Order: sequence, then C-alpha cells, then structure tokens
Amino acid sequence: MSNTTVEQPAVTEADGPQVMSWDSGMRRIITIYIPLSIFVIVLLFPFYWMAITAFKPNGELMNYRDNNPFWINHPTFANINKLLFETDYGHWLVTTMSIAFGSTFLSLLASVLAAYAIQRLRFKGSDYVGLAIYAAYLVPPSILFIPLAQVVYQLGLFDTPYALILTYPTFLVPFCTWLLIGYFKSIPYELEECALIDGASRLQILRRITLPLAVPGLISAGIFAFTLSWNEFIYALAFISSTEKKTVPVAVLTELVQGDVYHWGSLMTGALLGSLPVAIFYMFFVEYYVSSLTGAVKE
Amino acid sequence: MDASTWKPSRAEPSWLARLFDYKPFLIFICLLPAIGLLLAFLTYPLGLGIYLAFTDTEIGGNGEWVGLENFISLLDDRIFITSVWNTLFYTFTATVLKFALGLWLALLLNHHIPFKSFLRAIILLPYITPTVLSAIAFWWIYDPQFSIISYVLVDRLHILDHYIDFLGTPWAARWSLIVANVWRGIPFVAITLLAGLQTISPSLYEAALLDGASPWQSFRHITSPLLMPILAIVMTFSVLFTFTDFQLVYAITRGGPINSTHLMATLAFQRGIPGAQLGEGAAIAVAMIPFLVFATLFSYYALGRRKWQQGSDND
Repeated sequence: MSNTTVEQPAVTEADGPQVMSWDSGMRRIITIYIPLSIFVIVLLFPFYWMAITAFKPNGELMNYRDNNPFWINHPTFANINKLLFETDYGHWLVTTMSIAFGSTFLSLLASVLAAYAIQRLRFKGSDYVGLAIYAAYLVPPSILFIPLAQVVYQLGLFDTPYALILTYPTFLVPFCTWLLIGYFKSIPYELEECALIDGASRLQILRRITLPLAVPGLISAGIFAFTLSWNEFIYALAFISSTEKKTVPVAVLTELVQGDVYHWGSLMTGALLGSLPVAIFYMFFVEYYVSSLTGAVKE
Repeated sequence: MDASTWKPSRAEPSWLARLFDYKPFLIFICLLPAIGLLLAFLTYPLGLGIYLAFTDTEIGGNGEWVGLENFISLLDDRIFITSVWNTLFYTFTATVLKFALGLWLALLLNHHIPFKSFLRAIILLPYITPTVLSAIAFWWIYDPQFSIISYVLVDRLHILDHYIDFLGTPWAARWSLIVANVWRGIPFVAITLLAGLQTISPSLYEAALLDGASPWQSFRHITSPLLMPILAIVMTFSVLFTFTDFQLVYAITRGGPINSTHLMATLAFQRGIPGAQLGEGAAIAVAMIPFLVFATLFSYYALGRRKWQQGSDND
C-alpha cells in the first residue's frame, strides 16, 4: 500500500505516469505476488502431496524414474478401499466424531453458563474468576497427561471414550468461556433490563434474549471446540489402548504404521480422510474461525 | 374496579423458580460445571503431577515419597539434558522463524490484492487440520529414499548429487522438525497479526507519507509499536505451545535417531506411559513448569513493556 506510492518523488514529472505505472506494477509483482505465491505453494504442498499419494498405485509411488511424481498416471481407489474395508477406519471416524461432539457439547454448556455468570450476573470478584478460567488455558496438556492418566485410571474411565469427553473440556472451556464473555459484552445490557422489568426470570432472559443474540459466538466457540477435540492427540494416545476405541489421529499413527515397511499409500489416505471432516467444516465456517481466532487474541 | 383495589393477577412463581432467580444461587449453579470440570481435571491433576514427581509411582501402583531423587537422577541423565537443550533450541528457532515469516505473510496480505479472503482461508488450512496427520505427510516428505524434496534437488535441479537423509542424523532431524513446526505455525501468526494490522488506522500511514517517511520508517515507527500488544499475546501463546510440543516429534521421529530429538514432552511420555515410570515422567513434566513460567512472563512483559515505553514517549 505505502511502498507503491512512495515512488512518486523519485520520478521526474515529464515521463512520470508511464514509468511509474510500469515501475509500480513490476514492483508489486516482485514484492507482493511472487513471495505470496511461494508462501501459498509451500503451505499447500503437503496437502497436495498427501492427496496425490493417496490415489497412486504402489508401483508409481516407488518409481520416480518412469513416472512424474507430481502427477498420477493411473489413479486407484485401492488405498481407500483397503482403509475403509480392511481396517477399523470407519469405526475410528465414528468414535472421533462422537467424542468431538460430546466434549464440544459439554464445554459449550459449561462455558455459556460460566460466561453468563461472569459477564452478566456480575458479582464480587467475577473478573478474577474470568481470569482464573482463562489462566487455565495456559496450562498445556503436555504437563497434565501423566497425572491425568492416574486420575482417569482411578475413576475407572481408562480406555473408555468418557475419559476423553471429560478431559477435553480442560482446554476447551477456558477458550470458549473467554470467547463468549466477549460476545456477551457486545449485547446491550438494556435488553436484559427491559426483560427484567417485564418480569422475566434470569434463566428466561438467558434462554430467550442473550442466547439467541449470541448465536454467532456460540457457532464460533462450537466449531473451534469441535476442531480442537478432533485434532487432540496426547490425551487420546495416553488414555485409550484398545484398537477399536482409538481416535483417528492416534489410530492412523499407531495402527497403520506396522513394522519397518511403511504403506505410504494407505497412511496418506488415512491422513487425508482424517483431515477432511475438519477441512469441510472449516470451509463452511471460515469467517467464524477467523473471527474466533483473532477475537480470542484481541481480547 | 378502580386502581386501589386492583391486585396483580400473575400467580406467585413456584419455589423452584424463585430459587433460580435468587442471584447467589444462580451464580453458583452457572459456575459449577465449568469450575467443577477445571478443578477435577486441571487443578487437581496439576497438584497431583507435582506430588508424583517426588514419588517413585509406577502405573497401577502406589509409589513411595522419594524426595528429590527423580530430579537428581535426571540431572545425570544425558538424554534428559539433551531433551532440555533440544526443547530450548526448538522453541527459540521455530518461534523466530514463525514470527519473521508470519509477519511477512501478514504484511503481504495487508495489501490490496484480489481474492484476499479466499487466500486467507486457504492459508489457515495447515493450522486447522490435525497436526499428527500433517506431520505424517511431512514424515513421508522426509522419507530417505522417496523424499520429493531430494528428488527435486537431485534429479530435477541437479543441485545435490545424493538424496538427503532428513531424519537419519541428529542435526538434520532437528531442522526437519523445526521446518514442520514453522510450516504449521505460520498461518496462526500471520492471520492474528493481520487482524492486528487491520486495526491500525490508514490515516497514520498517510500522515507519515506526507511527512516524507520511507516504507521502513513507517513500519518501524507506526506498524511495529501499534502491533506490539497483539504480537506479545500471540508470541506468548506460540512460545507456550511450541515449548510443550509433542505431536510433531512423536509422529515424525519419536525422539530418534538414538534419542537425539526428544523434547521434554515426548521424553516425559516415553518414560511415563510406555515406560510405566509415572514418577519419573511427572518429574520431567514438572521440570517444564519453571521454563514455561519464565518464557510466558518474558514474552508477555518484555514485549508489553515496549508498548508502555512507546506510550510514555509520545507524551
């Protein structure tokens, strides 16, 4: 923006316009479009490579001399077939989906109530409670999973989906609560006052006025929570041991890698199919993702 | 019937409804699920983890209190010392690269370009997809025999004469992991910093332009001070999550070759869960806490203070 117009003083008046337009056009290409396309290519290449490997027959996969590795000569569905019908992949997808929905629902419920109490009911020290919940987000799962394994074991939840549904909220609730506090702040308090004067109870206000107005915030929090629980790895790795109860990210890494011979075709198919649900979800709600990502940081 | 004899016809609400309209009770009920979940599965385990670090607990058994023994034996443990060093190097290098490249990408996206929102959407993809799954793609890209990078460098561009063994030697493996981490981290940094850039008023740049400021000067004196508060927060998160990274290393190298790429988190896992030494694993995890607190305070206050200084300069 600024560096194109800064050129002006450097150009003499006589041949100004043509030189300047050529110069700034060229300059834009070199300083903006070329670096930008390199960024995009590098950021997207692993997905392209994942997708292309998934549909390649094994012969092409291991032979770069006779085949151009960047293209598929004979696309095959063998890898997808093998994955869906010879492994528990379908099972893992269903498990992951239900765990993600379960923990998202639980976290949203807890977060809506907590955010409403902190932002709207207002009590002494409510700001500190908000801060404490947010501080919980700064405790990373990597230092919690060992004692949590012990807790899960003692509760008799080891190797059950409930172990994950109950532990995922530890990182979902702080995020969602913080996001929803921000959303509730943007809803005019006068609306609630009117309802109070008209004799509505607090819970009626939450259900009939605040929640409907906070739907965009709920969607943002919900899809983010869903994505985070879909992608979660370390708890799922530590708390689940039976093959058929694993989540997709864990199962692809621990069940599809067998021995020293890596079946890259089926591994990449597993990775691709496992990324697809969140990618599709993401496509529909891009704006919500961006707003929740940036909103959480701006707060 | 006149106004003096009129009584409200509304029925008295039931005791349950009144209870739910009683503010202290309502506050308690509303906070209960969130606080309960966090206390049970975050605060308690955090305390339990610190306790476990001072015991010799194994999976399925109750340990004895052993005092500082775990920490003392870790100090003599070369694998642990390597993992601490790796974690610091990994966090520092990856963060610097992520922020340099992420800021550059954010500045590029801040120009008027066609398909901006579409670009922004696809750039976030690496951040959205499950880390382990993209890590597996990187694992395949780093394959010693069929690496596409080696193929391009050797067979197409003829820059090298042999295939690179990305994960075979410690240093190559460390850099390969850092590249994968940077790849995954750039979108988050770029998109959040872009949001910060968009809050800066264009009139400031116009004023600078009229005063004859160069692009570098307007970046140095307008963009960077105004971006600093958001940068501090993004960097705090980035440092925190890079320092405790687990998935990338576990998926790509599992700490190999010969334990040279372990981060503290992966070593804690290896000792604690498959190795069944919960006490020792917990000690490694607890050893991360001082580093984390320091890194968080540093990135937050070091950058936050510059903003404050900037504010006082303007007065």
